[in-house]
Amino acid sequence: MKFNRIIKTIFMADFISGLLIAIKEIFKSKKTINYPFEKGKISPRFRGEHALRRYPNGEERCIACKLCEAVCPAQAITIESEVRNDGSRKTTRYDIDMLKCIYCGLCEESCPVDAIVQGPNFEFGTETREELYYNKKKLLENGDRWETVLAENIKADSPFR
Amino acid sequence: MPKITVNNKELEFEEGMTVLQACELAGVEIPRFCYHERLSIAGNCRMCLVELEKSPKPIASCAMPASDGMKIKTNTPFVDKARKGIMEFLLANHPLDCPVCDQGGECDLQDQSLFYGFDKSRYTENKRQVKEKYMGPLIKTQMTRCIHCTRCIRFATEVAGIPELGATGRGEDMEITTYLEKSMESELSANVIDLCPVGALTSKPYAFEARPWDLKKTESIDVMDAVGSNIRVDTYGWEVKRVLPRVNEDINEEWISDKTRYACDGLSKQRLDIPYIREGGKLKKSTWDEAMKLIITKLKSFSPNEIGGLVGDLADLEMIYSFKSFFEKCIGSTNFECRQDRIYINPQERMNYIFNSSINGIEQSDFILLVGTNPRLEATILNSRIRKSYIKNKLKIYSIGDAGDLTYPYENIGSSTSVIREIVTGTHKISDKLKKALKPIVIIGDSALCGKSGKYVFEALKNFLSRNNFINKDWNALNILTQQASRVGGIDLDVYSISETENFSFFDKLNNNVFKFIYLLGADNINFDKKDSFIVYQGSHGDKGAELADVILPGAAYTEKNGLFINLEGKLQSAYKASYPPGDAREDWVIFKDLSNMMKKPLGYNDAKDLRTLINKYIQSKNFKDIKKAIDADFVEESILVKPIDYYYTNSIVRSSKVMSECRQISKKFLFTGIEKAS
Repeated sequence: MKFNRIIKTIFMADFISGLLIAIKEIFKSKKTINYPFEKGKISPRFRGEHALRRYPNGEERCIACKLCEAVCPAQAITIESEVRNDGSRKTTRYDIDMLKCIYCGLCEESCPVDAIVQGPNFEFGTETREELYYNKKKLLENGDRWETVLAENIKADSPFR
Repeated sequence: MPKITVNNKELEFEEGMTVLQACELAGVEIPRFCYHERLSIAGNCRMCLVELEKSPKPIASCAMPASDGMKIKTNTPFVDKARKGIMEFLLANHPLDCPVCDQGGECDLQDQSLFYGFDKSRYTENKRQVKEKYMGPLIKTQMTRCIHCTRCIRFATEVAGIPELGATGRGEDMEITTYLEKSMESELSANVIDLCPVGALTSKPYAFEARPWDLKKTESIDVMDAVGSNIRVDTYGWEVKRVLPRVNEDINEEWISDKTRYACDGLSKQRLDIPYIREGGKLKKSTWDEAMKLIITKLKSFSPNEIGGLVGDLADLEMIYSFKSFFEKCIGSTNFECRQDRIYINPQERMNYIFNSSINGIEQSDFILLVGTNPRLEATILNSRIRKSYIKNKLKIYSIGDAGDLTYPYENIGSSTSVIREIVTGTHKISDKLKKALKPIVIIGDSALCGKSGKYVFEALKNFLSRNNFINKDWNALNILTQQASRVGGIDLDVYSISETENFSFFDKLNNNVFKFIYLLGADNINFDKKDSFIVYQGSHGDKGAELADVILPGAAYTEKNGLFINLEGKLQSAYKASYPPGDAREDWVIFKDLSNMMKKPLGYNDAKDLRTLINKYIQSKNFKDIKKAIDADFVEESILVKPIDYYYTNSIVRSSKVMSECRQISKKFLFTGIEKAS
């Protein structure tokens, strides 16, 4: 054993095998991506930034049942509701404190109408804390912006629900 | 006693019990929808099925009388399968709209479907759709959710005594309706919301306001009438969202009147949140310091005889006691009064101003005489007890003065004081019946005591009852029905200006303009012309009293402080603080403490605990023993008319409530059309 090691050390066998791997890798395609110009693939279940969705006719989905508010372990959600003029139950206030949120996805899971969802967006860093106190307007805007992806994701995940 | 075996556990039960009650004795909970302890048995939901040995089918335990030797099983797979089947039928037509339903979180069907519901429906047919019914401004209906337990129908017919609800159609076409789509008339109507085991009947003013798990629950006492119903105040943040009844078998059982339940939206409207001072005829915003300094300089400029104080109808004992001690220690005046009208009161004995037979006692009674009172509007809960007693004992009820519809039949035996003279002298036909009765009840209302004949009515009836031995240790037939929550407490704390000869000296002085300085403590139901007197109003709402005032001090409403109340039976009850007074408003006893400190004449207490100790000491040390002589009053011929009461307009909180004014409009049949509104 001792003799073998001496031979390997003299001929730098480990060094050469490492070098061979490096040479092989030169001819293969590269693994890293050029973030932010390139992005990795994420699961349809990815729990990113929240959004409030609408029905295709433009009606808000949220019915102010307050289940997400009740289930939220960080108590990041605040909802106030009212009877809208047409008699339906709707929110007057839907706030999420994105700083309190722990992105556990329970709100999405508890929602009976798929209104509150966590989308694929994880790039919503801001310069001030205040910008991360999301209100209903902001959440609905998110929903409108991401609707295509959100609908696709929900469809992709639906067999497992 | 007969014996029954429940789940292999043998126990004794009382004759006449149902199987369900026997199971409850054994500590076994039986699911139910239609069965309710205080209503008759319908047996139509079938949820309470249990297994009876040797019976091929499961039995409905609520409707089956228990008998000796029965062997009941409640936890077998047989029972479980039966109940699951029933639940599947109930859910076949029930819309699963729990997320938008206000009952969600406190729904019987929701709770029980957790145990007996299947996770998937086997039905593919369309669900039943039922049109919504109109039941007035208090009850929101969503009749698709109804499971036909008929609790609401039974309540309206049996307890409320106005059969307004009923079912039309049979089978799948059955619908609960008010027949003519009219508003429910009963003052107890909103109790059907609590009774409804699903979300078919929910509260209209509370619609979509909050979820039950959001609310902070505080136990409290109602002040809308003198009954002192036990309530639970639900708050979301600082706002009182709703008021629910608490069970108290001695007072309100588990019902409360609509006024108690829905006046709570008046707590956030018309509130006084900052002190005001009248300058040049207009009220201007001010500060506590400024307002108090003005009051103190004014107080010093008048002699104590020229200063009078009036306690309002919603005051708690803390308020009344601190007011009294402020008047006695800081002003040196005893010109105060807790009545707001000329109602005769003889404060020599405690039984002279309380409801002696007790509300529970009504159920044992076999004879009731109403004197100038309409208990339906003056004390709704008490009236429902009289009705319960009427149904149970079929007792005879007589009334002096026409009280209108009381939800039970009664005989009007005239409406003048001469009827009382005839009863007392024994010439009237009911005189003998009253004497022969075992436990009679005579209820004297404010309408009979407020005239010139008030003294005669009270003293003659009292002497008559004590002559016939109806005022003894076991039974006291003399009952005064007061309307104000603060009245008995006020008299217990001696806040009145009554001498042996003169009962209304305060009101004489008030009307003759003797008072140059008047302190109104939440007194809004006042009736006098303001001339040159300086008026301070301390209270929670901008109402009649605040209109007259030169200085307004904002106080706390009944949900915003810990308070003691004495109800009309003389029961001391304590209410807890559910929210906070708005803006700069303070609790009332704190205002008196601050005023007295500024005058450098401290009242002898610094916190609420000290104050309570003092109040308790005062009430306990009150001694009635040495003064006990019968007063003979001269007969005064006068008619006794039951004063009409504007039920939804009786105090400052109710007057500022939007829901109550809707009820008032409907009860008065004010139907505005476009043209009438414009003119």
